[in-house]
Amino acid sequence: MKILVTVSESVDVDDDFEVSEMAIDERYLTYDLNEWDDYAIEEAVQIGEEIDDVEVVTVTIGPERTEEVIRQALAKGADRAVRVWDDALEEASVLDPATKARLVAAVAREEEPDLVLTGVQSGDYSFGATGVALAAEMDYEWAAVVNNLDLDAEAGVASVHRELEGGVEELSDVELPAVLTIQTGINDPRYASLRGIRQAQSKPLDVKTLGDVGVDADDLRLSLSLSSLYEPETEGEATLLEGGPDETAGELAELLRERGVDA
Amino acid sequence: MTVLAVAEHRRGELREESLELLTVGRQLADALDSELHAAVVSGDVDQYAEDLNREGVDAIHTVDHGEEFNHDVYTQTIEQLVGAADATMVLTPNSVNGLDWAPALAQRLDWPLVTDAVDMDVSDGLTVTRELYGGKVEGAVEVDSDHAVLTVRGGEWPAAGGTGSATVEPFEPDIDEAAIGSTVTGFQEVGAGDVDITESDVLVAVGRGIEEEENLDIIEELADAMGATVAASRPIVDNGWLPKDRQVGQSGKNVSPDVYLAIGISGAVQHVAGMNGSETIIAVNDDPSAPIFDVADYGIVDDLFEVVPELTEQFSG
Ligand SMILES: Cc1cc2nc3c(=O)[nH]c(=O)nc-3n(C[C@H](O)[C@H](O)[C@H](O)COP(=O)(O)OP(=O)(O)OC[C@H]3O[C@@H](n4cnc5c(N)ncnc54)[C@H](O)[C@@H]3O)c2cc1C
Ligand SMILES: Nc1ncnc2c1ncn2[C@@H]1O[C@H](COP(=O)(O)O)[C@@H](O)[C@H]1O
Repeated sequence: MKILVTVSESVDVDDDFEVSEMAIDERYLTYDLNEWDDYAIEEAVQIGEEIDDVEVVTVTIGPERTEEVIRQALAKGADRAVRVWDDALEEASVLDPATKARLVAAVAREEEPDLVLTGVQSGDYSFGATGVALAAEMDYEWAAVVNNLDLDAEAGVASVHRELEGGVEELSDVELPAVLTIQTGINDPRYASLRGIRQAQSKPLDVKTLGDVGVDADDLRLSLSLSSLYEPETEGEATLLEGGPDETAGELAELLRERGVDA
Repeated sequence: MTVLAVAEHRRGELREESLELLTVGRQLADALDSELHAAVVSGDVDQYAEDLNREGVDAIHTVDHGEEFNHDVYTQTIEQLVGAADATMVLTPNSVNGLDWAPALAQRLDWPLVTDAVDMDVSDGLTVTRELYGGKVEGAVEVDSDHAVLTVRGGEWPAAGGTGSATVEPFEPDIDEAAIGSTVTGFQEVGAGDVDITESDVLVAVGRGIEEEENLDIIEELADAMGATVAASRPIVDNGWLPKDRQVGQSGKNVSPDVYLAIGISGAVQHVAGMNGSETIIAVNDDPSAPIFDVADYGIVDDLFEVVPELTEQFSG
């Protein structure tokens, strides 16, 4: 069986940063493997360890920079990777879920996976939508926010728990082929071993343009664009306590005692 | 033209966000010179329709099909209802279930989707405000279309009030049962543990800023000294460092203690959803731009490893 895992970056913004020209300057940003995708990779790799003949392929829509997190996924056990990028995408201020889904679907149509695992949400825009959009695009079944997965590959059914709000889980049976969006906590993602990191260097990482995956740049209907970006005005009136830790802790202790806190 | 607000319910209860949708939906409808219609699919739709009949709602479509949410049924139904009601905008809560069907609808209609809207403006085309990068920045997203599917963040608009005079119209979609490939087999509540954090007057909540499991000791010591209970953000629970019943937030517990002391917690929306009803919120975080400071009453911008032991000493002394 083949499992496709979508892999994207998380973006960490420095404590002190500036917004200019509708973007945050690169020097304030640190990229890493998106947390949710880390759990999705682990889930796929574990399935591969449990049943025979599983190939885990990752797909990423992103510039060359993203190869760093792609190699992380390979080091953790994915077998090979596909990265799609194109100059036509470089100009987009927002890669909306529909566009991402369409591009991943173009790869998925070639790969014909039985199961696609995505993260619940990405680390920059956090749309929380690409996985379900992809399922609709592929005409696959799906389940969003999965925190437990029991796969019956023979029967072609994934029994999942969907984590709803307020500590309630929905139990569902989902027919394969399907897209599942994976929630953190579903497993315990491994750290890449030194051997894994070494092996990752020689695993295939195919880079494709829009043309390669059969998408015409003129057909990209990028329907969302950013018209402003700014630091939100603080709604609250947080009073910041000033001074060294001894002073701030002292002040805070007093404040807490006023509110009746005491052991 | 209509703005269509699709309500959400679970296990017999209409969810509060459904009423908030009516407020933002009415604003949009006014600006677009449209009607506001609500729709409710599955369950006791007549009861839900009564609850949804608030001021400003022009019509309510009830779809009596099954009991609980099924994304295939929702997607098929709303796709047909969009046509029947001449909708140009579809709104639904930005909830786990909302995100389980709205993206599929958008894809089928080939309409743009914007999730987790915190503000909207239609004076010059549709612009949606949303947060980026874990809430550190906000952006206005322009939608290049007259149509859109929008999921709306809870708590950003007030619930619609009053009593409306909407017509209630049953809608019978043509459901392709063969295309339903997922079946809900049940529900499960996360088990209760020995501590009920919702009962505690004072919570010391710890987040990923604590870095290592063994560092939790300093949090336990502080909580002991203060006579408080330890709670946590999600990553601490995901890592298995504290049990699930200590998790505060959207998928954990909803707490409203007298004092909520958030230590090394960034203040992601899903965390804040579970604690913003607290009487006094205090945050300790070394990042001054962390969104937790937006909901905090008091803050200390400093290294928790410096502040926490000092604070423990203040209470032990
Ligand atoms: C569907 C869904 C449901 C979710 N449900 C929940 C939920 O119920 N509860 C929940 O909490 N989350 C939930 N999340 C996850 C949420 O999006 C965030 O990922 C999570 O809340 C982040 O936890 P955190 O603040 O501890 O970690 P981070 O966001 O990593 O923040 C750590 C903070 O610690 C600070 N810090 C680091 N070092 C120090 C130091 N030495 N001193 C002081 N400060 C320091 C950093 O500045 C940072 O602000 C959910 C997500 C999804 C998608
Ligand atoms: N650029 C991308 N390349 C590959 N996968 C992506 C990309 N963006 C998002 N995804 C996948 O879709 C999930 C949800 O992203 P989003 O809908 O943007 O919140 C992520 O966890 C990834 O698994």
